[in-house]
Amino acid sequence: MFEQVSTSENGELVINVGPQHPATHGVLHLLITLNGETVTKLEPNLGYIHRSIEKMCESLSYRQFIYTTSRMDYLSSHINNHACALTVESALQIEIPERAEYIRVIMSELTRMASHQLWWGAMAMDLGALSPFFYAFRERESINDIMEETCGARLTMNYFVPGGVMYDLHPNFVAKVKEFIVFFKSKIDEYDELLTGNIIFQNRMKNIGIISKEDAISYGCTGPTARGSGVSCDIRKIYPYSIYQKLDFDEVIEHGCDSFSRYQVRMKEMRQSLKIIEQLIDNIPKGEFQAKTKAVLKLPKGEFYTRVETARGELGVYIVSEGGTSPYRIKFRSPGFSNLSALEHMVKGHKIGDLVAIMGTLDLVIPDIDR
Amino acid sequence: MLRLENISSFIHTSLSNHLSETSVLLLEMTIIALAAITLFALLGLILVLMERKVSAWIQIRLGPNRVGPKGIFQTAADTLKLVLKEGFVPDGADKFLYKLAPFVVMIIAMILLAPIAFAKNFAIWDLNIGVFFITAISSVSVIGILMAGWASNNQYSLLGAMRSGAQIISYEISAGMAILSIVVLTGSLQISDIVASQSNGWWLFKGHIPALIAFVIYIIAVTAETNRAPFDMAEAESELTGGFHTEYAGMRFALFFLAEYINIFIVCAIGATLFLGGWMPFHIGNWEAFNHIMDYIPSSIWFLSKTFFLIFVIMWFRWTFPRLRIDQLLQLEWKYLLPISLFNLLLITLIAIKGWHF
Amino acid sequence: MGTEELIQSIQSMFPDASINMGNNFPELVIEKDSLLSVLNQLKSEPTLAFDYLFCETCVDWKSHLTMVYHLDSTRFRHNLVIKTNLDAQAPEIESACHLYRTAELHEREIFDLFGVKFLNHPHLRRILLTDDWKGHPLRKDYDDPINMIKL
Repeated sequence: MFEQVSTSENGELVINVGPQHPATHGVLHLLITLNGETVTKLEPNLGYIHRSIEKMCESLSYRQFIYTTSRMDYLSSHINNHACALTVESALQIEIPERAEYIRVIMSELTRMASHQLWWGAMAMDLGALSPFFYAFRERESINDIMEETCGARLTMNYFVPGGVMYDLHPNFVAKVKEFIVFFKSKIDEYDELLTGNIIFQNRMKNIGIISKEDAISYGCTGPTARGSGVSCDIRKIYPYSIYQKLDFDEVIEHGCDSFSRYQVRMKEMRQSLKIIEQLIDNIPKGEFQAKTKAVLKLPKGEFYTRVETARGELGVYIVSEGGTSPYRIKFRSPGFSNLSALEHMVKGHKIGDLVAIMGTLDLVIPDIDR
Repeated sequence: MLRLENISSFIHTSLSNHLSETSVLLLEMTIIALAAITLFALLGLILVLMERKVSAWIQIRLGPNRVGPKGIFQTAADTLKLVLKEGFVPDGADKFLYKLAPFVVMIIAMILLAPIAFAKNFAIWDLNIGVFFITAISSVSVIGILMAGWASNNQYSLLGAMRSGAQIISYEISAGMAILSIVVLTGSLQISDIVASQSNGWWLFKGHIPALIAFVIYIIAVTAETNRAPFDMAEAESELTGGFHTEYAGMRFALFFLAEYINIFIVCAIGATLFLGGWMPFHIGNWEAFNHIMDYIPSSIWFLSKTFFLIFVIMWFRWTFPRLRIDQLLQLEWKYLLPISLFNLLLITLIAIKGWHF
Repeated sequence: MGTEELIQSIQSMFPDASINMGNNFPELVIEKDSLLSVLNQLKSEPTLAFDYLFCETCVDWKSHLTMVYHLDSTRFRHNLVIKTNLDAQAPEIESACHLYRTAELHEREIFDLFGVKFLNHPHLRRILLTDDWKGHPLRKDYDDPINMIKL
């Protein structure tokens, strides 16, 4: 009766994790080979949510294509939009009003926090602790409400346009964000109480999923995944864009190279994001929120590349323009895609339970990988 | 005052007046079987609702609140849904074992209800090896789980079953040691004797620190034995999707689900009996008035409140801790709990021989 | 090292190749056969240390394909773009994944969407599309019968 259970040549168990699996948070498919409980081989199988956004963008105008990027990494849609808007602006040399810059950075940092909150809850859920998810969503909900008031959406915002932002801020925005800062400051300590110090949690995280600094660079890991291995790769610091160079914040780097370091990086990043918003929220300059731009944008002939830091790592937007109204070729270098390639390296030799935990610390968003 | 023992003796005497001894026995057995099944279903309903309410409370949400007042009929509605669902057998499964497994698990859970003293002089079968009976029978339930995992013809189920096998067999030892330490103190395996020995104080308080250690080990071990988080390796929904019951649906799944909760009830009932005095009321030294008031509360209430307190503790664990990894789980048992409980048993034996306990 | 110096030192390393400043990064155009040796030198040269391939992609120019490698140095924080032209009919190039592990998935994606064949790639298969997909969608000559946007 057991013929149908697939085994590899040397009798190891082959298991399909996904595309429908509670731990993959989407439609990622991993083909893993198990020796007992130990993972000996892992092969990611992508494309279940591939929409060929790059191909679509070739038929869309420079105003339209930004909206497809909200659907890539839907947890940091503001930042994706920011990258596209920056590319178009740098190509056309549009000066954007300072008010728009401030709004963009505040929104980006709020997005980053919301994304990290969701990651925190989801990762705890992967580890079997179900309660943190609800605590994380309580805070995330207030961010979403703030977003909804100003942008009209809670997930795919489409708020940044070439030249600035689409609308002005909602009158309640500043007050609500300030309220949120006070609220979240106490809650982030609660996160630590709830999970970080837990002995079971630490045992599950420490010395698990190790990736050295050299390997992290070679695998192209970015974002908290690489910073947990001691790689300085925060684009906001090393290639500052927008108004980040004027701001006082630290690039969080941990040197543990393991899951716990990656966890710590994200936890500390939430505090850094709070710090950034605190600096900006009282000083949003008055004035225009959008620069005057032509109705139809035409990029000059050439190649344009922009790098921004999303919640998951480095997002690159590479536009090849032939001078038309739509890109000749567009490439999104998504952070999840490269981070995923390091998964096998991290997981090999660990137990299947650790696979889930490591995937949690990579913070993969599948539409971001598949595009 | 209405006491459960009066009801049972009333039934017995009124039946004996009219019928022969054999038919009385047969009739009583039928009544007990019906009562046990009713209790089984009722406990399942209550415990599932309790779990959902407790988890909701811990997770800052409301929990079921639509079906009936405060959502109390939610589990009944869920059960109805599960009964109506198609119970299919996956292709390539071992049909006989696949269908048998939930019943094995359920029947074992029901057998375990037998020796438990629900109130003063009120147990289905107060046999003289009560505690031993429970330890012996409860370890059989792993067979049902292994059966389910093997017969499903699914890798996840198989892994879950294997984990569960390793886990239940390991933690049986610690649980057994903890139970044994109370047996050493009492000198009897009979549940009624163990409860009676606590009339002047619960073993948790009488047995000094070793009894406390035994209690803690017992709680950890039974949490693992019942496959509850943080030891829910057999299910581990984020790793193995559903563990041994991945392929089960409908009523067969419901039986696993119910059996899990009945097992929790049983282990907590045993814990309450051994360490918290079973149905014995809470007494404090010479506080006559206080003790008198405590005596006035029916023994069944005492028993149930202690049991449900322990159940609450186990639920609290589930909604607070992350899951252990399988090797950490076995490490915890074989490297820490087992040596500690062995040493603890030695201490308890010393206390029992020297008569140091109160 | 400033961008000017960087361009000069790279030019002196590879006198045959042409290097000029693009919109964002210096761009080095090389022959496709010399790709591995160029990458190797750029990575191992201590004053350059291009150890991080942050983007690898391909552009279809109809007459030919262009492979584009975006390199970064995590030590010195300077960037370089390497471009090399491939034949449109039978595009073939050495795989970079032994120097940069991240190239493994990127090259599978390029193989999938452009049909570039990477030599010495450990497992070159389609990654995003199904195994039996016909054609390579990001090629300009790809015929897309149900184009949701043009409809």
